[in-house]
Amino acid sequence: MATATSEETTRPAPLGDELLRVENLEKHFPITRGIIFQKEIAKVRAVDGVSFSVRRGETLGIVGESGCGKSTMARCVMRLLDPTGGKITFDGQDITHIKGNDLMRVRRELMMVFQDPYASLNPRKRVGYIVGEALQVHKQGTPKEIKGRVQELLDVVGLNPEHYNRYPHEFSGGQRQRIGVARALAIRPKMIVCDEPVSALDVSVQAQILNLLKRLQREFDLTYIFIAHDLDVVRHISDRVGVMYLGKVVEIGTALDLYQHPKHPYSGALLSAVPIPNPRAARSREPVVLEGDVPSPINPPSACRFHPRCPRFQPGTCDTIEPVLERKEGSASEVACHFPLETWPMSDLRLPSGSTPR
Amino acid sequence: MALLDVKDLRTHFHTEDGIVRAVDGVSFSVEKGKTLAIVGESGSGKSVTCLTIMGLNSGRRIDISGEAVFDGEDLLSIPKDELRRYRGKRISMIFQDPMTSLNPVHTIGRQLREAVQLHADVTKAQANARALEMLKAVRIPRPETRLDDYPHQFSGGMRQRVMIAMALINNPDLLIADEPTTALDVTTQAQILKLMNELQRDFGSAIILITHDLGVVAETADDVLVMYAAQPAERGGYEDIFYRPHHPYTWGLLRSLPHLTSVGEDLKPIPGAPPSLLNPPTGCRFHTRCPYAMDVCTTVVPEFALVPGSGEHRAACHLDEETKQREAAAIASETLADSA
Repeated sequence: MATATSEETTRPAPLGDELLRVENLEKHFPITRGIIFQKEIAKVRAVDGVSFSVRRGETLGIVGESGCGKSTMARCVMRLLDPTGGKITFDGQDITHIKGNDLMRVRRELMMVFQDPYASLNPRKRVGYIVGEALQVHKQGTPKEIKGRVQELLDVVGLNPEHYNRYPHEFSGGQRQRIGVARALAIRPKMIVCDEPVSALDVSVQAQILNLLKRLQREFDLTYIFIAHDLDVVRHISDRVGVMYLGKVVEIGTALDLYQHPKHPYSGALLSAVPIPNPRAARSREPVVLEGDVPSPINPPSACRFHPRCPRFQPGTCDTIEPVLERKEGSASEVACHFPLETWPMSDLRLPSGSTPR
Repeated sequence: MALLDVKDLRTHFHTEDGIVRAVDGVSFSVEKGKTLAIVGESGSGKSVTCLTIMGLNSGRRIDISGEAVFDGEDLLSIPKDELRRYRGKRISMIFQDPMTSLNPVHTIGRQLREAVQLHADVTKAQANARALEMLKAVRIPRPETRLDDYPHQFSGGMRQRVMIAMALINNPDLLIADEPTTALDVTTQAQILKLMNELQRDFGSAIILITHDLGVVAETADDVLVMYAAQPAERGGYEDIFYRPHHPYTWGLLRSLPHLTSVGEDLKPIPGAPPSLLNPPTGCRFHTRCPYAMDVCTTVVPEFALVPGSGEHRAACHLDEETKQREAAAIASETLADSA
């Protein structure tokens, strides 16, 4: 079983204790057939045995391609979806299956920022209401106190407090994302899950929001799970990074280790596919281009799920024995691979001949 | 002679709120076999520029002026039905969203055949053979079996390949690609960019690549046009734009990239947001967000002037050459240090 138990060696920085622990998390969506007598014919294994932990005050980045299960994982952690298996412990409490008032209490400390700043704000409500709604729901103060608090929040995220009475359509994309951040901050959560918070924004505005998130983390001692498909953005904001592929974490480690010495061939391929904004460097390298598409999570490949696309695939090992997420010899990150990369950068990910599984 | 020469292009939309000057004096040219990248934030007029050239913006409430000379003929002045002979034949376009730009109720075989038969008098079998050939060229596995599939049976990356196959099926001289990889994952993006590169080499087409991703520009472009608020801010070869940038907006774009920032350091965003094109700022349109703005910037429109000592590198900025060179050198050293 893969668990993130030994970050002590990966991250010696003085961080707080563990705030969130996810163990073997599974979320399978049933595919049914029939109208009256529904019969389950298959399952989409969106998240299939994911384990990691997040410490107080740190940012865990999650990267992966569309369909790898990163958003489903986030929604399970938020308890917006009910996990079909595994265990989620938040702040010492098992929250996997809690309900009612218990769940309500946890929701006060766990908030989310969504990807699309146009779709995630109710167009018919004023900004004051949107940001203050959580305060009302959790009965944190009189209407007057709430208004004062909302104006303070708008100021904190860099918006004009006078804009309390405006509607979302009166703001630009970047400003709307600031509103989304203010809403998440309103009830002083311990952890914020950011699901692609800057993907819909232009680079110049994206940088404003990333700086804002970093500043707020320092000021309010926040812990982030930061999901994005942009690897540069994730490297910039994260302390540790997990790479997901088809519902599994294939590699997890500090941002520095993972970006400078990726061990999993998929992490390597992802990194080498990122365009570099430096023409001379971009044109002198030979990127590793993966062939084919991500397979369907309904019927994932056996054993290592990356094996059909992997340049290091070894018949008899990779397609029969499932690799465990663990720290290998000579590697700082944890990696789920039988034949991790030896060096980086490398133009040819294929295995040197005569290798044996490590 | 350039394949496409655009001069002082203007596209103004009349709306209930007033005139939106979506493209306001844009000039550029594209050489045969080369790639021109047009970069800028959303709403900077990149897409409208290309739609106008293709004649896809028209109507009573739109004013278009300027010229777009393609192989000796001004596309903006020839009649609409004649333009149809160019579109899809000599000039073709790939759109951002492969999901919505294919017709969901026809098989891709039929859609590919249609593109051939519209422009050439060929039999269905011949058109089919051509479609098959193109699907092979864009490396769709088992193309013979996939001609009868519908778009929903393909993944996003595969659909974008079908779009490219369709755009290139008549060997166009010019391919306009509007954010062709924005909706795709990085590994798929790498596949598509590599493919476009190879096809350009094999077919010799010129490409106009519209993008907001400077990484993609660095990987593929020969020339770059940076647009801000419907106007050109800077134009030059890719080396000029990345290693000798002469406009504060280009500096801002390069500096706001997380790639060039060391871990732990704050990013350097461009303050504010792009202006409304209903009522753009006076003088230099970037002055409201420019950290170098001077008094003159608020009133006088800067000339899109040649950078001293360069061939075709132009920038529209009032700053003195010395400051520009100093900033350019600073940015270039950051960029190059990163490659180490």
